[in-house]
Amino acid sequence: MSRLSDHAAPSRRAVLQGASVAGGGLLLGFSLPRAAKAQTASASGVFAPDAFIRIGRDDRVTLIMSQVEMGQGIHTAIPMILAEELDVPLSQVTTEEAPPNDKLYGNPIFYIQMTGGSTSVRALFMPMRKTAAAARAMLVTAAAQTWGVDAAACRTEAGAVIHDASGSRLGYGALVDAASVVPRPESPVLKDPKTFKLIGTPAKRLDTPDKVNGKAVFGIDALPDGVRFATLASCPVFGGTLGACDEKAALAVPGVRQVVKLDTLVAVVADHMWAAKLGLAALDIQWNDGPHAALSSVDLWGAIGKASEADGVTAQKIGDVDAALKGDGVITASYELPLLAHATMEPMNCTVHVTPDSCEIWVGIQVMTKAQRIAAAITGLPPEKITIHNHLIGGGFGRRLEEDGVGVAVRIAQHVDGPVKVVWTREEDIQHDMYRPVYRNVMGGRVENGKLVAWTHRVVGPAIIARYLPPAFKNGIDVDAVDGAIDLPYDIPHLRVDYVRHEMAGVPTAFWRGVGPNSTIFAAESFIDKLARQAGSDPLTFRRGLLAKNPRGLATLDLAAQKAGWGGALADRTGRGIAFQFVMGSFVATIAEVAVADDGVVTVKHITSAVDCGTIINPDTVVAQIQGGLIFGLTAASHGEITIERGRVQQSNFHDYRMLRINEVPTIAVHLVPSNEAPGGIGEPGTVAAMPAVANAIYAATGVQIQRMPIDPTLLAKKRSA
Amino acid sequence: MQTLHINGDTHQLDVPADMPLLWVLRDVLKMTGTKFGCGIAQCGACTVQLDGKPARSCMLPVGSLGDQAVTTIEAIGATPEGARIQKAWLKAEVVQCGYCQSGQIMSATALLKAVPKPADADIDAAMAGNICRCGTYIRIREAIKQAAQS
Ligand code: FES
Ligand code: FES
Repeated sequence: MSRLSDHAAPSRRAVLQGASVAGGGLLLGFSLPRAAKAQTASASGVFAPDAFIRIGRDDRVTLIMSQVEMGQGIHTAIPMILAEELDVPLSQVTTEEAPPNDKLYGNPIFYIQMTGGSTSVRALFMPMRKTAAAARAMLVTAAAQTWGVDAAACRTEAGAVIHDASGSRLGYGALVDAASVVPRPESPVLKDPKTFKLIGTPAKRLDTPDKVNGKAVFGIDALPDGVRFATLASCPVFGGTLGACDEKAALAVPGVRQVVKLDTLVAVVADHMWAAKLGLAALDIQWNDGPHAALSSVDLWGAIGKASEADGVTAQKIGDVDAALKGDGVITASYELPLLAHATMEPMNCTVHVTPDSCEIWVGIQVMTKAQRIAAAITGLPPEKITIHNHLIGGGFGRRLEEDGVGVAVRIAQHVDGPVKVVWTREEDIQHDMYRPVYRNVMGGRVENGKLVAWTHRVVGPAIIARYLPPAFKNGIDVDAVDGAIDLPYDIPHLRVDYVRHEMAGVPTAFWRGVGPNSTIFAAESFIDKLARQAGSDPLTFRRGLLAKNPRGLATLDLAAQKAGWGGALADRTGRGIAFQFVMGSFVATIAEVAVADDGVVTVKHITSAVDCGTIINPDTVVAQIQGGLIFGLTAASHGEITIERGRVQQSNFHDYRMLRINEVPTIAVHLVPSNEAPGGIGEPGTVAAMPAVANAIYAATGVQIQRMPIDPTLLAKKRSA
Repeated sequence: MQTLHINGDTHQLDVPADMPLLWVLRDVLKMTGTKFGCGIAQCGACTVQLDGKPARSCMLPVGSLGDQAVTTIEAIGATPEGARIQKAWLKAEVVQCGYCQSGQIMSATALLKAVPKPADADIDAAMAGNICRCGTYIRIREAIKQAAQS
């Protein structure tokens, strides 16, 4: 989703403001200009949450976190940026979840308060630096005034201002009142990256100690006083409704308190989840399947295949591709991706307490304000009456960019006296997800004298953006769906990318880790290998030829090739495959090594990734995200497919919607390229890389190219010689 | 009435004998460190120890526990292996979202107790029942080996 930055408001500049806080302290933050008048509000005594930084008289620095932690390490990376520019030890910083407020905490790339698209560091790196640098400058001025010395003669170190000539030293906590009345500098001086002490070091994550001893509280762990427990069954066919349902059988189960029947679902409310589950199982529920009762996966593939025959909207054009495609050596291929569920480790859940004039919500969600809005719309309450306690998230991957679960829980809670925790069973979580859609990519290309001269890429799939962020859906193009297809890092003289919008009635769709590039990069990188073969060229050499004008890309590719021992000898039915990409602001070159058994079963033995993600905040987190992202992508390549029959999702739990396990993962080596360029995203690129790297390795090992995910071993079984 | 021995305490609870230990821990005793992931013994998020051996609490009726001592993530740090595993976990920075990690740590601790110097095959066998959707497996393996050395 990196392309969304094209639509971000450039006027949204970081503006700093200072104000004294209740209990004493300096309040600083970037916010909209109209909120900046709080500058001198020293006497209000009220904490106005239009800020990111709070410094207390006790020296504690509190960072109000707009971005949620779901394992990506953002509750460490953003504090590191702040601590670096403010010049405080990381241990002096604590984080606090921001309340829902798009104006103050909107992601500068999306407007709305959202954590997703591998954007957090990209969006907040400079604003956070500027805010912290301004705060530091104000503290320095305050100290200089206190001492009657020149501010230029003062410096900062470890949370204190120091005047070397006089040997004076004041901690930030002692300066908060004086600093609150210092005018904020228009353009604070940022540190020279060469002097960074924290950014670029493997700082320990701040959120992990409580995650190894059971103390961390996820949304599913919320236990407000008097809470009851509910679980639900939704109509198994999307778009269907509830028919007859006699609640008696459930109410007969000890511990069951109530049955809530809504238009599309039944929920059983009980003293604990076990009673709720038994109560639900006891019910004989009739469903009205609705208009999609006959839908099947075969229909979905057929429909997208047909849709891909139409011309799409042009998303990018270079040169004269039609002319360049005339002549010998034209090849075509198509690459397809199936439906996928998110299967976050923490099943969907949401705890809600609705009263006539309030609604309180406990949840872990990537979109605070969207959650607030849906609760307001359902209850009819004004947004300020909706309180949301956001929690650590047990895996997002795009699932918690959707507030549908909050909506369901609020609707159930409206019928319950007191707070109710709604927990989806794993079966319900998988069968009522919003799925990564089916995508089809139709490729065409021509090689002349060993050189790639023409390239066409048609992306076919639903426009999730049109539903999710309508202002970003312009000229009929889903910027996410074509991300990775346009603005290739390769130098190709004649090129056309077009987009065919194809919605899938009967299956709700949503973003999934790696988003559009999962489809476009799988297609583009697979097709590059096909073209290289056509050109009689080695896949590395062929790519290198296309990267002559892209030194960062070339260096990243070369690093991966060198570390992976590209070109070294391999056993029979063993192969290496490359995937190279520039998406989410990061260059990643990945080389997978696979062995394909005679029966077609693929073993991924080793993966090497070289990563140039610009300025690195926490290198250990970058490595962790690439490792985890690769494994997420390998799971999809190996096992990932949701299928539909009679309008129903066929898979239900981890036995038939499989995840890679520890005994199935390859060894992984990640190599980072040092850089002072703008930071790129790292949460999703690994996932994007896994599928094409493995597919190309299989192609090298067997000569068979995988054109639809997941890998089908029956296509790879060794042919018996006649 | 069920009598349960959990983390050194004895609880008398009015819960049905067929109720899985997972829900007794989470919803009745409000010990939320043990997680729900699948409910069918496929993911390991709910792993606890019974007399030091790993068990999936989501399919473990409390009526079947008898006198066995239940240990959960909340108390595993008090055992020597648990403390070593937790330390190694933080040193190797294993954790991502963290949701699976209670279960991973309970399985890893049981492994270390049974096999003080586990080989890769031992790690595979002991840990394959624990899914990590964030894909922290590489570091789980590293951390178990580190803990075994410590
Ligand atoms: S919840 Fe028990 S194994 Fe998954
Ligand atoms: S750390 Fe997220 S599921 Fe394992």
